[in-house]
Parts: sequence; C-alpha cells; structure tokens
Amino acid sequence: MILVFAEQNNGSFKKASFEAINYASKIAANAGTQVCAVVLGEANDTAILGNYGANKVIHIQDARLNNLEAKAYSKAISTIASQENAQVIIFSNNNTAKAVAPRVAARLKAGLVAGAISLPDTSNGFVVKKSVFSGKAFAFVNVKSATKVISLTPNSFGVEKTDAVAEVATQSIDFGANDFAVKVESVNKITGIVPLGEAELVVSGGRGLKGPENWGILEDLAASIGATLACSRPVADSHWRPHHEHVGQTGGTIRPNLYIAVGISGAIQHLAGVNSSKAIVVINKDPEAPFFKAGDYGVLGDAFEIVPKLTEAFKKYKAAQHA
Amino acid sequence: MKILVCITKAPDTTTKIAFTDNDTKLNEAGVQWIINPYEEWYALVRALELKEAGIASAVHLITVGKADTEPVIRKALALGGDEAIRIDADSNDSFYIASQIAEYAKSHSYDLVMMGKESIDYNNASMGAMVAEMLDLPYITHVCKLDVANGAVAVNREIEGGEESDTCLLPLVISCQKGMSEARIPNMRGIMAARTKPLNVVAPIAVDELTSIVSYEMPVQKTGVKMLNIDQMDELVRLLHEEAKVI
Ligand SMILES: Cc1cc2nc3c(=O)[nH]c(=O)nc-3n(C[C@H](O)[C@H](O)[C@H](O)COP(=O)(O)OP(=O)(O)OC[C@H]3O[C@@H](n4cnc5c(N)ncnc54)[C@H](O)[C@@H]3O)c2cc1C
Ligand SMILES: Nc1ncnc2c1ncn2[C@@H]1O[C@H](COP(=O)(O)O)[C@@H](O)[C@H]1O
Repeated sequence: MILVFAEQNNGSFKKASFEAINYASKIAANAGTQVCAVVLGEANDTAILGNYGANKVIHIQDARLNNLEAKAYSKAISTIASQENAQVIIFSNNNTAKAVAPRVAARLKAGLVAGAISLPDTSNGFVVKKSVFSGKAFAFVNVKSATKVISLTPNSFGVEKTDAVAEVATQSIDFGANDFAVKVESVNKITGIVPLGEAELVVSGGRGLKGPENWGILEDLAASIGATLACSRPVADSHWRPHHEHVGQTGGTIRPNLYIAVGISGAIQHLAGVNSSKAIVVINKDPEAPFFKAGDYGVLGDAFEIVPKLTEAFKKYKAAQHA
Repeated sequence: MKILVCITKAPDTTTKIAFTDNDTKLNEAGVQWIINPYEEWYALVRALELKEAGIASAVHLITVGKADTEPVIRKALALGGDEAIRIDADSNDSFYIASQIAEYAKSHSYDLVMMGKESIDYNNASMGAMVAEMLDLPYITHVCKLDVANGAVAVNREIEGGEESDTCLLPLVISCQKGMSEARIPNMRGIMAARTKPLNVVAPIAVDELTSIVSYEMPVQKTGVKMLNIDQMDELVRLLHEEAKVI
C-alpha cells in the first residue's frame, strides 16, 4: 500500500494534498498496489479524495486533531501505516509535514526524502531527486530501508482529477494524554488567499518599492491574476510587509509557476528561495541588477510606471479568457 | 534548566556550489564554512539570552561531524555556551545524525533541545522531529518567539497559513527561525574564552544509514532573459501564456 497524508484546513482539503495523492497514485501504479489516504481531524466530503487517486480513505475524526500536534499526528499516521502495510508514505512538504514526516520516519525506521521533486526511480534502488544547497543544486537520494517516507515539494507536478470516488472508513486511535502535550492558546490563520508555499503565481516586491505605502500597485497586480504576495528580506525586516511573505535563504523557499520580481536586486540569498520558479519576470530600473541573469523575461524601467501597465494587460487577458 | 543547541556547519551563502568525483561529492575547495544561520542567529542567541536572564543554568552545543567542523563549533562557543560536544561521525542521513544526538541527549537530561529550522545545505528541516521522536518528546517547529517560565515554554510559531501561540511543559524539542532574537557577533573576550572551553569528542553509536546521496546535478542554466519594454505588456502576457505556459 502507498499511504498519503491528506492534510485538511478547517475541514476542507488543500490543493497540495490533492497533488500528493496524485503523486502517490503514480507510485502505486508503478508498484502494482493501491493508495490509502489518511485524514486527521474533522473534515467534510473525504470521498472526493478518490478523484485524485485515493482508492481508500481512513478518516480519524478526532476533534483533538483539528490543530497540528506533531506527536499525535505521527502516532496516528504510523499506526495506520503499520496496519495497512505501507511501503511508502507521502506528505506534501509544508510546515505541517516538517513537524510530522520525520517523526513518522524515525518511528518506523524509514528513510526520508524531504523536499522531493521527482517520482522515485526504481531501476537501481529507490532514488528520488530533491533540491539542495537552497536551490543551487539537486541531489539524487537513494532510500535503503524497507519502508520509505517522501515529502513532496508543493507545485512539483500539478493536479489531475478524475470521477473516481474512494471508499471511506472511519477509525479511532488510542491516544495517551502525553500525545497532546502542546497546548494551542490561539490560532491566527490568514484566510482567503493561497498560502505562499502553494501559490502558482507570486508577485514579489523589494526595496525598490521605497515604502509600504506603495504596495497598492503590487496588490492590484496580484489581484489581477489571483497571485499571492511575497517580498525580499529587507522589506520584511523593515516591517513594510509581514515576515511570512519573506522569501529567500532565510525566508520561505517557493516554486511557483510564475514569479514576478519588482524592485528586487536579485541577491544570491534571495534567489535561493525562488530560483526553482518555472518562469521569472524581472522588473527593475537598473540594467546591471543581477536578477536579470536569473530571469526569463525582463522589463527595464521604473516599477511605478510598468506595474500598472502590466496589471492592465493581465486584466485584458483575463477578460478575453472569460469572453 | 539545561539547554542543548544543535549546530551544523554549512557553506557560506555566497559560495558557488560545484561537485567533483563524477558529481558524487561536493567540491570543498574554496568553500567557506559557517554556522548554519538558523541555529547561529536564533537558537543559540535565544539560549544565551535565557542563560543571561538566569532562566537557563547551562547551554551546551552539539554537532555531529568530523574534526573539520571544529572551527565552526569554536565560533559558536565564542558567541557563548558553556561547552561543546562533537560526535565524531560524518553522514548525510538525518536518521543517522538524529540517532547520535538523541543518544547523547538521553543520558544528559536536557530540558530544552533547540534546532535551526533547516540546514541550508541539505534543506531537510527534519532533524528536530526525528530527535523529538527518538526522545519521545513534544516538538514545536518554526518557533519565532520563545519564553520560558515555571517549567514551561510559551511560543509563537509559524503554521501552515498563519501563526499560532502555544504553551508546553518542559522537556521538549523546538526548531527556531526569524523573529526569536537578533544575530550577535562574537567579541574578543568570547573568542579568547572559547579557546579553553571544553569541546568533548564522543564516538558515534552504531546506526544504519537509511538514505545515501547517489549523485548531484546542477540546474539547467537559463538561456538568457528576454527583454521587453514598457509598451509591450500585452506581448509579455502573451509570452507568459503561450511560450512559458504559466498563466
Ligand atoms: C546570510 C544572509 C541571508 C539572507 N537571506 C535573504 C533572504 O532570505 N531573502 C532576501 O531577499 N534577502 C536575503 N539576504 C539579503 C540579500 O543579500 C539582499 O541584501 C536583499 O535581498 C536585497 O533586497 P532588495 O533586492 O529588496 O533590495 P536592494 O538590494 O536595495 O535592491 C533594490 C532594487 O530595486 C531596484 N529599484 C529601485 N527603484 C526602482 C524603481 N523605481 N523601479 C524598479 N526598480 C527599482 C534597484 O535597481 C535594486 O535592484 C540575506 C543576506 C545574508 C547575508
Ligand atoms: N550534523 C548535525 N549536527 C548537529 N545538529 C545538526 C546536524 N545537522 C542538522 N542539525 C540541526 O538540525 C537542524 C535542521 O537540519 P536539517 O534537518 O538537516 O535541515 C539544523 O538547523 C541544526 O540545528
């Protein structure tokens, strides 16, 4: 069996979970086996996970699992993995997975590939590609243990959907009191926008924007194509933008389809977080800005003039699409 | 309260990465090694602040690495910390490294084990969770604010799509990131003191490596940027749609 953790957020599933199930189903097809998705906490409509390739869903409908508790999550997933005889366990590599996947791996003595970007190559061992040195290179990692854990980098494959439905079973796990040692005092979730780590389209601003009061033009640009906002480190350090928007070596590492960099010089530490983007558009007034070397499309000039024009062009494109 | 800070070395962020031996080894020629920034700037500094505030009684540093990691661990000692432990082994496998750290921690009863959120070389972000599991302790990742009082921690952490405030009784393991503290630079007194601080070398325990790196690959070089001018925004959108196929 290939097991996959289908993370939910306030009861519904995230795109990255669908992608992880798709990925699991490809591994299952190669290995001639099936996919079991594990859902933790209260969630609606778990049968739709079948649309993405789950043959079966095991739902642990325990309200204590609505918030992340690494210990309890790991116990639940490891228990199901053993029960289902899982050969491979798949996660989508986000903050939740970073707290849980290595714990599951340690518990099951399973080798872990964190941040995988390829399907396993089983022609000689079980080799998975991942990004290393903050995006400056790739490594091919061979997993030698019988059970394997893979944490897939979001946006590596995209999502395919069918009409299939999964058979859903509910189950409970015998938790001990010390499985819930972390007490959640308050949660503050940003709603309504795609989290940066999963965003396909990202608009990012740097010090070239001069101040937080100028972010309106980037917000308009992002809104015109449904993109998520990001920023360079000095922008977050100066509190022009919240620090979860900061990308780069010391911030988030992202892999969107499109990254639009406005007024960002393209320092190596910034590029480390974004250089796996499929296409990069650079808007900068300095022809020597290093970002142009890492970009696919460049516009030289003043961001304050260029950005509104690009926003208009996107709006026109969107309108034509819907016509 | 005793704190253990886990330290690894990493190539300086501006290092040009290259490989040798048929792309199976990092070319270390000219690589400047630094303390992995997340544990230098956040875990270590916050641990030292807790000691300076009289909350922690001791701050120990541990690294799993060969003798070539000693300059980095001495630099960490120069920032502060009472003693360092080096487990004399070289591995890329998180399970192997975590087993070594957990083994040492088990017999030295630490109240708080602190990691960086991620190593900037292998980018696994896995070590803390593995160590926590091996020690059967709670684990809180991506902590950006840490306070300790009355045998418990109060933290702010980054979760998927937001922030959360948590409390948890000691002992536990946490991973640290931006927000927790401000980076420090070692001063002369610290550097002198570090020379005589204990750096205990410990033999590794026998553990299987569950993964190994078979080879490396460099990303495909970009073919060059296509420049457009301000009056070509419709053309840019067309290229993003038809050529890059990203919208
Ligand atoms: C260890 C370490 C880790 C780091 N980690 C990160 C990280 O994670 N993320 C990160 O971003 N940085 C990081 N940095 C900092 C990094 O080195 C750069 O200093 C930073 O990325 C620069 O930010 P910036 O491009 O916004 O600002 P600047 O370098 O000041 O660049 C501003 C750019 O805007 C352009 N500009 C100005 N006005 C206009 C205009 N009107 N129209 C168009 N363009 C304009 C300028 O030509 C310039 O290229 C790190 C540094 C170190 C040492
Ligand atoms: N060899 C090592 N020795 C000691 N601590 C380590 C080692 N490797 C990683 N760590 C710690 O684990 C954190 C996460 O590393 P990683 O899981 O490898 O990305 C680092 O920031 C360090 O705090």
